[in-house]
Amino acid sequence: MNTPDPSDPVTPDGVSHVFLTPADVAHLAHLSRLELTAAEVEVYVGQLSGILDSVAEVSRVATGDIVPTTHAVPLSNVYRDDVIRPGLTHAEALDQAPAQSEGRFRVPQILGEEQ
Amino acid sequence: MSEHRVGDLIRMTAADLASAIHGGQVSAVEVTQAHLDRIADVDPAIHAFLHISVDGALAAARAVDESLAAGERPASPLAGVPLALKDIVVQKGVPTTAGSKILEGWRPPYDATVTTRLLDAGVVILGKTNLDEFAMGSSTENSAYGPTRNPWDLDRIPGGSGGGSAAALAAFEAPLAIGTDTGGSIRQPAALTGTVGAKPTYGGVSRFGVIAMASSLDQVGPCARTVLDTALLHEVIAGHDPRDSTSIPQPAPQVVDAVRRGQAEDLSGLRVGVVKQLRGSGYQPGVVASFDAAVAAMTRLGAEVVEVDCPHFAYGLAAYYLIMPSEVSSNLARFDAMRYGLRLGDDGEASAEAVMTATRGRGFGAEVKRRIILGTYALSAGYYDAYYGSAQKVRTLISRDFASAFASADVLVSPSSPVTAFGLGEKVDDPMAMYLNDLATIPGSLAGIPAMSVPSGLAGDTGLPVGLQVMAPALGEAVMYRVAATFEADYIARNGGIVARSAPELDGVR
Repeated sequence: MNTPDPSDPVTPDGVSHVFLTPADVAHLAHLSRLELTAAEVEVYVGQLSGILDSVAEVSRVATGDIVPTTHAVPLSNVYRDDVIRPGLTHAEALDQAPAQSEGRFRVPQILGEEQ
Repeated sequence: MSEHRVGDLIRMTAADLASAIHGGQVSAVEVTQAHLDRIADVDPAIHAFLHISVDGALAAARAVDESLAAGERPASPLAGVPLALKDIVVQKGVPTTAGSKILEGWRPPYDATVTTRLLDAGVVILGKTNLDEFAMGSSTENSAYGPTRNPWDLDRIPGGSGGGSAAALAAFEAPLAIGTDTGGSIRQPAALTGTVGAKPTYGGVSRFGVIAMASSLDQVGPCARTVLDTALLHEVIAGHDPRDSTSIPQPAPQVVDAVRRGQAEDLSGLRVGVVKQLRGSGYQPGVVASFDAAVAAMTRLGAEVVEVDCPHFAYGLAAYYLIMPSEVSSNLARFDAMRYGLRLGDDGEASAEAVMTATRGRGFGAEVKRRIILGTYALSAGYYDAYYGSAQKVRTLISRDFASAFASADVLVSPSSPVTAFGLGEKVDDPMAMYLNDLATIPGSLAGIPAMSVPSGLAGDTGLPVGLQVMAPALGEAVMYRVAATFEADYIARNGGIVARSAPELDGVR
């Protein structure tokens, strides 16, 4: 993508410049499995570039020696007693399926003809 | 019917309703019916609710009445009191949409832990409230089912994402509501509607059964028109849940006692920190004036007011709009059109990937897609360190700012929202302008500390409600509620009642 330097989105003049192209947005939409219209791509190109420009300032203060915070109140090794609890019944699990067949979820084909 | 008129029942506090129900002066069914009638009257204009559970609510109320008639003790201090549940918390068999077309018609097969605790406490769930799609927004305009209107001015937004819950309170459709807060979705709507809302410490309330947005930030919390009602609800829903591994393994904080103490005492001996960075530029003059008056009131009440410096708050919004979309892009991958929810384009020929892409593209709204794409970009190889990694470091810097501020203050205060309620449609086409609404609430979200909004009055310039944000250190809910309760009691003494009592009557709004 058209960031001047991916490891440092802030250029030496201190102003961030992130430009996404329509092809970038289309690629990201594909990675996210989102069908977008051409009009949507057009709108997102401008909006996302603007947002990324604004948020790139984080790299200005985030120097190497700062430990990242992943969770506000860190907990580790969370265990619970291994107690058997009833789960959903077969019927309950299938009840909200968009499509079902022979007591199973029916899904579209995973592999196309040529695969 | 008892001596209570319907008009009185909807304007009573949850605490008073509970004592009238438990004392036999009014039945839970009468209270529930009064609120259902109010919803029928005003909700066509407000649109706070996406689903109204008439039969379920009346059955729950009847069960409370029967249990009391049988001489049993109330299941909780709120047994029989009605509540509005944000439509991102699942309730078994009741339609749950999260404000999205992708979940239209979905009926969850289980209850969230919060739902279970409410039902076990005898709280009567009236229905599900409107929200920005998957709680992404600050105006409730991102709901796929249309916006909620602010009861103070029907041409204005009620804040978001919990605009439905906040509007339900301000329109006297319910005395209690549940909200969720990722970057301010409880506090900002509370501020914009003249109601009270609390975001507990991260991990303070179980998120089992709450549809996830940004998992390192999401928190469920109580909303009401008074601080005491909010605290009573807080105690019902809070506390450890083994089914949420981020749940804090401690009992619920004793916030009701803290409120009683706050109502009885002044603020002597408490240090209140005014955050230098959370006022001034970007804040509406009427909001700043209301905030300054609130600080003056706290000074009169005996608080030692100090100014605290939190220089890294300036980077909060940027860090938030990297961390949150990154987690959104991951969490919302679960909506794949396979096991539940919407499925489009399944013509027998299309591949699973094509169906998934079509369903997500057409089932998600503009803001949701914007955030998924933004998060996918921020997590991409080559960008992760510069964006997501840097944002996580900023989060550390903000937590350090809080730690140093809390060394000189017991609570911190700021306006809850930089502006009062704005017009419908005013900011929908400008995402950055919309994101600025969360300027004051985001630092507390990133640090995971408890924070609440309590009304500080009406803005001189717009005549609309303003919220005072009270923030406390992690697990410091008691002192937060105590300060809010003292402030509210003083406000009532000076003004003859709570802010929400001045909300328009809404008679004949249909």
